[in-house]
Amino acid sequence: MAHQYIQYAVFLPLAGFLINGLFGRKLKSELLVGIIGSSTIGIGFLIAAATFLEMLGSPPEERSHIVNLFNWITAGDLSVPVAYQVDQLSILMTLIVTGVGFLIHVYSIGYMHGDPGFWRFFAYLNLFIFAMLNLVLADNFLLLFLGWEGVGLCSYLLIGFWYDRKFEKGTTGDAAKKAFIVNRIGDFGFLIGMFLIFTTFGSLNFESVFAHASTLSVGTPVVMWITLALFLGATGKSAQIPLFIWLPDAMAGPTPVSALIHAATMVTAGIYMVARCSVLFALAPVTMEVVAIVGACTALMAASIGLVQNDIKKVLAYSTVSQLGYMFLALGVGAFAAGLFHLLTHAFFKALLFLGSGAVIHAMHQEQDIRKMGGLKSYLPTTYKTFLVGTIAIAGIPPLAGFFSKDEILWQTFAHGDYILWLMMLIGAGLTAFYMFRLLSLTFDGEKRWDSGKHPHEAPATMTVPLIVLAVLSVIGGFVGVPASFGGGNAIEHWLEPIFEKANEKMSVGIHDVEVIEYILMALSVGVALAGIYLARQWYAKKSAAPERMSTRFAGFYKLLLNKYLVDEAYEAAIITPTVKGSEKLLWRVVDVGMIDWCVDAIARAFGFMSRTVRVVQTGVAQSYALVFLVGVIAIVGWLIVK
Amino acid sequence: MAYCEVIEMNESSILTGILALPLFGAMLITLMSAENKKLIKLIGLAFSTASFILSAWLFLKFNGASSQMQFVEKYSWIPSLDISYHIGVDGISLLLVVLTTFLTPIALLASWESIDTKLKGYVALMLLLEVGTLGVFMALDLFLFYVFWEFMLIPMYFIIGIWGGGERIYAAIKFFLYTMAGSLLMLVAIIWLGYYASTQPGGIFTTDLMKLYVIAPGIPMSVQSWIFLAFALSFCIKVPLFPFHTWLPDAHVQAPTAGSVILAGVLLKMGTYGLVRFCLPLFPFATFTFMPYIAGLAVVGIIYGALVSMVQADFKKLVAYSSVSHLGFVVLGIFAVNEEGMQGSVIQMINHGLSTGALFLLVGMIYDRRHTRMIKDFGGLARQMPIYATLFMIVMLSSVGLPGLNGFVGEFLILLGAFKSQFLGTYVYAILGATGVVFAAVYLLWSYQRVFFGKLENPENQKLVDLSRREIAVLVPVIVFIVWIGFYPNTFLEKSAAASKQIVQQVENARLGVKMAELAGNTSSRQQAR
Repeated sequence: MAHQYIQYAVFLPLAGFLINGLFGRKLKSELLVGIIGSSTIGIGFLIAAATFLEMLGSPPEERSHIVNLFNWITAGDLSVPVAYQVDQLSILMTLIVTGVGFLIHVYSIGYMHGDPGFWRFFAYLNLFIFAMLNLVLADNFLLLFLGWEGVGLCSYLLIGFWYDRKFEKGTTGDAAKKAFIVNRIGDFGFLIGMFLIFTTFGSLNFESVFAHASTLSVGTPVVMWITLALFLGATGKSAQIPLFIWLPDAMAGPTPVSALIHAATMVTAGIYMVARCSVLFALAPVTMEVVAIVGACTALMAASIGLVQNDIKKVLAYSTVSQLGYMFLALGVGAFAAGLFHLLTHAFFKALLFLGSGAVIHAMHQEQDIRKMGGLKSYLPTTYKTFLVGTIAIAGIPPLAGFFSKDEILWQTFAHGDYILWLMMLIGAGLTAFYMFRLLSLTFDGEKRWDSGKHPHEAPATMTVPLIVLAVLSVIGGFVGVPASFGGGNAIEHWLEPIFEKANEKMSVGIHDVEVIEYILMALSVGVALAGIYLARQWYAKKSAAPERMSTRFAGFYKLLLNKYLVDEAYEAAIITPTVKGSEKLLWRVVDVGMIDWCVDAIARAFGFMSRTVRVVQTGVAQSYALVFLVGVIAIVGWLIVK
Repeated sequence: MAYCEVIEMNESSILTGILALPLFGAMLITLMSAENKKLIKLIGLAFSTASFILSAWLFLKFNGASSQMQFVEKYSWIPSLDISYHIGVDGISLLLVVLTTFLTPIALLASWESIDTKLKGYVALMLLLEVGTLGVFMALDLFLFYVFWEFMLIPMYFIIGIWGGGERIYAAIKFFLYTMAGSLLMLVAIIWLGYYASTQPGGIFTTDLMKLYVIAPGIPMSVQSWIFLAFALSFCIKVPLFPFHTWLPDAHVQAPTAGSVILAGVLLKMGTYGLVRFCLPLFPFATFTFMPYIAGLAVVGIIYGALVSMVQADFKKLVAYSSVSHLGFVVLGIFAVNEEGMQGSVIQMINHGLSTGALFLLVGMIYDRRHTRMIKDFGGLARQMPIYATLFMIVMLSSVGLPGLNGFVGEFLILLGAFKSQFLGTYVYAILGATGVVFAAVYLLWSYQRVFFGKLENPENQKLVDLSRREIAVLVPVIVFIVWIGFYPNTFLEKSAAASKQIVQQVENARLGVKMAELAGNTSSRQQAR
């Protein structure tokens, strides 16, 4: 029974972290560090794969297991174990995390070669996998939260990996801190969600919470608050409006980190969490509406920013934000399986694109500006071909992976009756195709725009082999979810069906029939994508004056896009500066020092004053004491006589 | 102690042993020649370590399943007033005793090289300080408690005033007067309590806590409020609860490193411990009356402490203000009056002792090297001092409340307790308190970044050497517990579970008694509840 070994998949990366973290510097061998780092993940993948096969071989109702390890926190009514839940959803996530994770570890051996912090890098990566596996395998909210914050920590450590480098207007440290704090704002929501869950259901365990929840009726107010709070957490981790601002800055980290954490795995944690809580979300139509709208708006906004960015990783970062928006839209319209499907294909092609960009940056000596690239096709043939595959996949051209998953989301949105959101996503699809082919063309086509001092060369095999594997997956990955209308079995939807069963009951969603309109919509979205591709090729593959013309004609809008709608600046002016200034000038200087401490000192001074006043009596002169004594005696005697 | 007569005694005299070891150490040192510095330090370390080993044994022997006071020793002291040397521990005081004996040798080891003047007095005072604080946590007699409570002030006053920084005299006097102001009222309240006991049918004057536990809840509400406030003020100053906190930044900044470690690690807990041990169970009705205000001040402290901490330029002052925020959590958990909140507060007292103690140690280490604590003087230290940076990172994350490290366990349980508290009756406290989790990340990460990240530009910093073996040895034990509590807090939660439950029940029962009386139409007890 392979699932009983799942905890080794979780704890081996922790061992890898400890070994590399404590002794990595002394090992003095990049190869050894790399092997320790990668093999712990590789074994984890094998365990996950064996478990998956075991689950395939057993009937659907026997596919869910709980592996209990020990009691973590016990206090009062709360009892939280460290226990892992192996089921259709968590094994899918585990396969992605360890599979893509392994490839990226291998890639990193080549990419990080020669870096003085090589061992530190692998230690952090292993810690990340440990936290991420806790996140996806946890059988309760609190353990999920451990993973949730743990991946946030690793993200922080890895964004700031090159801690003494400049990044944009600040340093990598600024970007790392921003990521952690913005995520913490989301985690605040997650915490509140957990408190509400505990007070409502009396437990934090998935099984009992969801069993209890499925007896509630749709529209229960407390569930709405729970899901809204949890969703705030998801917007932090998965970079959605209003908390998306950290992800573009997270590109300050080394490129494998961007591929693994900020594209394929960690940022999808929000999607996973919402899918895991599908029963709760299904009970809250208002929240579902919010999720769908936030997802769609984020998708369109990020895609539009992506149109004009000039940093190769920035384009991909905004693309990730946008694609995550697509996934949230899917969840919001109740198509949980479609959201997970896109998560899977996106993990393949976005990891591929990031690693490809890493190969380019590597070849161009850390140059990331695509205006200073061009014509790299012939210098980096493997990178180019795999990058091309990834670009076509994300653009949504059949039969590559992105087509099937994105089209499923569009169709489900339409079928759900959200025509406006569908239209937004159709436009988004066109923008996606455009900005991706703009990126591809500016990087690999046209003439060289780099100085002759650079000699770009193809990356070593440790880097190109993962690219090829991911490219293959980007081509065939979509076939696990070929819709029924294409004669496919939609295997992934069926696989995940037991997980979303209860949620679907609540929403009374059945499997839809094949309709002619589905084909029409499909043709439409492919048409839009092709149009986007055509335009991008026309403008950027050769020298063209069109982009210049556009940017001058719509100068205002262009500036707005280039400056990312000024969201960062707005937050800075509205929240950060007032808080810091207020804390210093008002709370500290006025309240603390000016008021409280002044009062304390004033009391002390008052006593001092009183003492000094009374001290005058204590002159030490015997005559004056005698005088006072005499006066006293006369007064008393006088008083007695008068009385 | 000629009147000494054994009243009852079970187990061995292990608690007295824990108390006596540092006391003997201090006496021995006063008899020694001041020239023999090395030996003085070794003796101080040996006696405090022995006390820790004995308390570790106590920890193992302690039965966590029982809510009773254990290892009780009782000798009559002033029989006419029923005052006795009555000590014992339950699960809550047990953890604090172990924390105290754990941190004292660490603090001594931390000041191994940095304190050289008047060393003899210093080591003796540190040991006496330990005796005082241990006594506070063990005392089961209010008079004895008061004696230890005041006794502890004296060594701390001298440690700040003699071995402190530039404005040490101001800070020491402020510390002393602030605390005295509160505790004098407490003394009046203690005497009144003893007197009240004698007015009961068949009662005598007593300061025995166990007897007062039975009698005190019946004090009429009009008086109970005043007595509660007299105790609470004294404890809240010590915690310190906003707005009684302004002695803390000065005392911390001026105190030598070891003084700060003990001050933050142990002394502040005397305030929260006092609330748990005396205020709640002795005055349950007053507790309910003042609960919203104290919980409110705790929440204000959480946010206020974090915000003021954020803008500090002096790293030590930053850590000091962060204590105001962290102790706010502890007070909030106590006044949630349920098991989750109480257990969270107990473990958070330990957590704060470890994390903030370690932060003061770390700040002290860099101060020893550069003689500055201004954040702006640093930057890029991660390159020059990687071990220091790594250990600092772990401690910082523990203070931030990262799951997997100790701080999270306490904060989560406290907020959960406050959230579900039927007595607080609203989610507002917990929701506002939870924002402290965000602010903690802001002030700690920001300061960490300014000290450790970026380029190493200041030439002064380029000569810095990484931690010595002694310094690593000081920090590693603390970090072991930081991780231990994070991953397996039940080792410690188990010990205090029954005791926490007991205290919560004592308060709840009083409330319940009133409710039943109300149902029966008993008007007199209804007036009590108001």
